[in-house]
Amino acid sequence: MPIQYYIYLCLALFSIGIVGVLTRRNAIIVFMCIELMLNAVNLLLVAFSKVHNTAALAGDKTSMIGIEAQLFVFFIMVVAAAEVSVGLAIIVMMYRNVHSVDINFLNRLKN
Amino acid sequence: MSKLVYLVPLFPLLGFLVNGLFRKSLSKSMIGIIGSGAMLASFVVSLFIFFDVKNGGGATVQLFNFIHVGSLLIPFEFLVDPLSSLFLLIITGIGFLIHLYSTAYMHEEEPMHFGRYFAYLNLFVFSMLLLVLGGNYVVMFIGWEGVGLCSYLLIGFWFKNNNYNAAAKKAFIMNRIGDLGFLLAVFWLIVKLGTVSYASVFAAVSQLSTTDITIITTLLFVGAMGKSAQIPLYTWLPDAMAGPTPVSALIHAATMVTAGIYMIARSNILYTMAPATQTLVAVIGLSTAIFAATIALKQNDIKKVLAYSTVSQLGYMFLGLGVGAYTGAVFHVMTHAFFKALLFLGAGSVIHAMHHEQDITKMGGLKSKLPITHLTFLLGCIAIAGVPPFSGFFSKDEILMAAYATNPIFYYVGMGGALLTAFYMFRLYSLTFLGNFRGTAHQQEHLHESPIAMTLPLMVLAFFAVVAGFVGIPELFAPNAHALEHFLAPVFAGSAALTHAHHLEHATEWILMGTATTIILIVIVYAITKFKKYETAEPNTGIAKVLENKWYIDELYDTVIVNPLHWFAGFLKNTIEKYVIDGTVNGVGKLVGYGSRQFRLIQSGQVGSYILMMVMALVLFIIIWFNDTTIMRFIHKIF
Repeated sequence: MPIQYYIYLCLALFSIGIVGVLTRRNAIIVFMCIELMLNAVNLLLVAFSKVHNTAALAGDKTSMIGIEAQLFVFFIMVVAAAEVSVGLAIIVMMYRNVHSVDINFLNRLKN
Repeated sequence: MSKLVYLVPLFPLLGFLVNGLFRKSLSKSMIGIIGSGAMLASFVVSLFIFFDVKNGGGATVQLFNFIHVGSLLIPFEFLVDPLSSLFLLIITGIGFLIHLYSTAYMHEEEPMHFGRYFAYLNLFVFSMLLLVLGGNYVVMFIGWEGVGLCSYLLIGFWFKNNNYNAAAKKAFIMNRIGDLGFLLAVFWLIVKLGTVSYASVFAAVSQLSTTDITIITTLLFVGAMGKSAQIPLYTWLPDAMAGPTPVSALIHAATMVTAGIYMIARSNILYTMAPATQTLVAVIGLSTAIFAATIALKQNDIKKVLAYSTVSQLGYMFLGLGVGAYTGAVFHVMTHAFFKALLFLGAGSVIHAMHHEQDITKMGGLKSKLPITHLTFLLGCIAIAGVPPFSGFFSKDEILMAAYATNPIFYYVGMGGALLTAFYMFRLYSLTFLGNFRGTAHQQEHLHESPIAMTLPLMVLAFFAVVAGFVGIPELFAPNAHALEHFLAPVFAGSAALTHAHHLEHATEWILMGTATTIILIVIVYAITKFKKYETAEPNTGIAKVLENKWYIDELYDTVIVNPLHWFAGFLKNTIEKYVIDGTVNGVGKLVGYGSRQFRLIQSGQVGSYILMMVMALVLFIIIWFNDTTIMRFIHKIF
C-alpha cells in the first residue's frame, strides 16, 4: 500500500484532533482529541518505519534498519498511558472542585 | 647653586600642604610662621641663585620626563637665567612681605579660614614660581593655570558673599578665554616644531614662516591679555578687588598680572620676528593704558582706583614690549611691583584703620593719624606718577623713549596717560590723607596706625619704590650705568641682533624728559590743591558720569555676550531639555507602558484562545519554513 494513504489518514486524524481541541469545551473531549493527535503521529511513525524497513530488506534480507521506530511507538504508548491517568486525575479533581468539566471555567489565572 | 632651584617652589608647596592639611589643628601664629617662613626660605634661596646667575651661573635643570609620547618629549625642566632669577626675587621678596603683612591684616579671621588663606597664598606663589621657572611652554602653562585657579580661590575667599563669588568666577572665566589662546599657541608650536622647550624653539625659530610666527605670537598674546588684564579681557581685574587687600597686592603687583609680560619677554625673539603682532601689542597696550587711566579718574573706591591704575600700568608694559623695549618692560614690572604692592598694602592699612571703609569720599585728613602709612603711600604715589628720581620715572621714561623712537604718536598718547596717572593718584592721595575727616565719629575715634607687621613691609617697599630706579639709569645721565640692561642682555641678545637700535638725539631726550617732568609736577600740584578742600560729593554729569560707570563696558559685555548666553542657556534648559530630550525619553517610556497594557489583554485565561494562538503560530512557522526564499525575495522587493 502506498505511503500516501497513511499520510492522508494521519493528517485527517491530526486535523480532527486540532479542531476538536480548539472547538470543544468539555475537558474530556479535549483530552480525547489530544490523544487522537498523539496516535496520529504514532501511526505515521509506524508507517514510515515500515516503509524504511521494506526498502532496506530489498538489499539485505536480514536488515533491521527502521525497526527501532516500532519499538519507539510502544514506549510512547506506555508513556501516553501514564499521561492519560494523570490527565484524567486532574479532570476528576477539577470536577470535584467546580462541578464542571468545562475548560473555560478554569480561567482564574488570567490577569 | 642653580641646581638647587627646585627648592624655590618646594618651600611654598610644603607650606601649602602643611597649612592646608593641618589648618584645623594649628594655631594662628603657627600658621603665620609656616606661611611666611616658607616664603622667606625661598627668598633666601632665590637671592643665592640671583647672585649665582649674576656671576655667570645659570642652568637648565631637568627633573623628570613629564610627557613622552611618540617623538614628542616634554621634560619637566626649570630654566635659571637672568630673566627668571630676577622674577624669582620679585615674587619671593614681595611675596614674603605680603605674607608678613597678612598675618596682621587677617588676624580677625577664624583659625580655620586663616589657615585656608595662607594655604591658598602659598599655592599661589608656588604656581607663579612654576610659571617663571618652567623651561618650556608646558611647564609655564601649568603655573599659568595654577595662578588662575588660585586667583579664583583668593578673590572668592569670603565665599559667603555672592558678589565676591561672582567676581571670582568672572576672573576665572576671563582667564580661561585667554588660556585657550595660550594653549592653541603651544599646540601650534608642537605641530610645527615638535618641541616646546625655550632653547630649542628659539633656536629653530628661523624654520617657521612669518605667518606661523604671527599666529603663534598673536595666540600667545591672547593668553597674555587674559592674564595681564588688557583690553578686551581686563574687566576681571577691577572686580578682583573683592578679595582681601593683601591678595590684591599679591595678584596685581608682584605675581599673576606680570605673567603675560614675562611670557612675552621670554618669547621676545618670536615677537621681534613678527612685527605685525608687535604693533598689535603696542596698540592694545597703549589703548589699555589710556582707557583704564580715564576710568581711574572718577572712581571713589580706594582699591578700584589702584586696580585701574594697575591695568593702566600693565598697558605701559605692553607698550614697551610692543616697541621692542623688552628691558624697559621688565624694568617697569620690577618698579611697578614695588610701588604698586606698597600702594595696595598702604590702602589695606587705611581700610584696616577705617574699619573696612573703602570709599575715599568718606576719608580725608588721615595724615596725622596714620603717619607711617601716609608717608609710604605718598612715596608710592610719587613713584607711580613718574617724578624723578623715584623708580617709576626711570622705567616709564625708558618705555616712553623707546615708544618715541618707534612712533612719536605712541609717545604723546602714552604721555597723556602718564599725566592722567599723576592726576588720579594725587586725587586719591589728597582725598584720603589731606583735608578734613569726612567719616563717622565712631570711625574717627578708632583711627589708629597699623601694627608693626603691617608697617614694616610698607617701609621696606617704600625704600625700594624710591631707589629701585637706580638699577636702570638711562644712557642720557651716565653712559653704561644701566645695570639691569647688562644683566638681562643675554636673554634679549637674539632680538637685539635682529633690530638695529635707533637712539634718540640726546637733545630731544632732554627736551621730552624736561617737559614731561614739568607738566607732571604741575598736574600733581593742581590735583592736590583741587581735592584738598573737597567736602561733599556732587553727582557727576556728562562724560564724568560715563567715566564713573567705567565707560559702561561691563554693561556692554552683559548686553552683548552674557545676556545672550543666558538667554541661550535658558532656551536650552526650558525648551530643548524639557520638550526634546525629556520628551523623547519619557515618550519611549510611555510607549512601552502603553504597549504592555494593550499586549497584556491577550492573556485572557481562555485555554482555547491560547491553543488557537499556538496552532496559528505553528502554522505560521511551517509556512515560513517552507517558503523561506519566496518570503525573503518578497521582503527584498518591498524594501
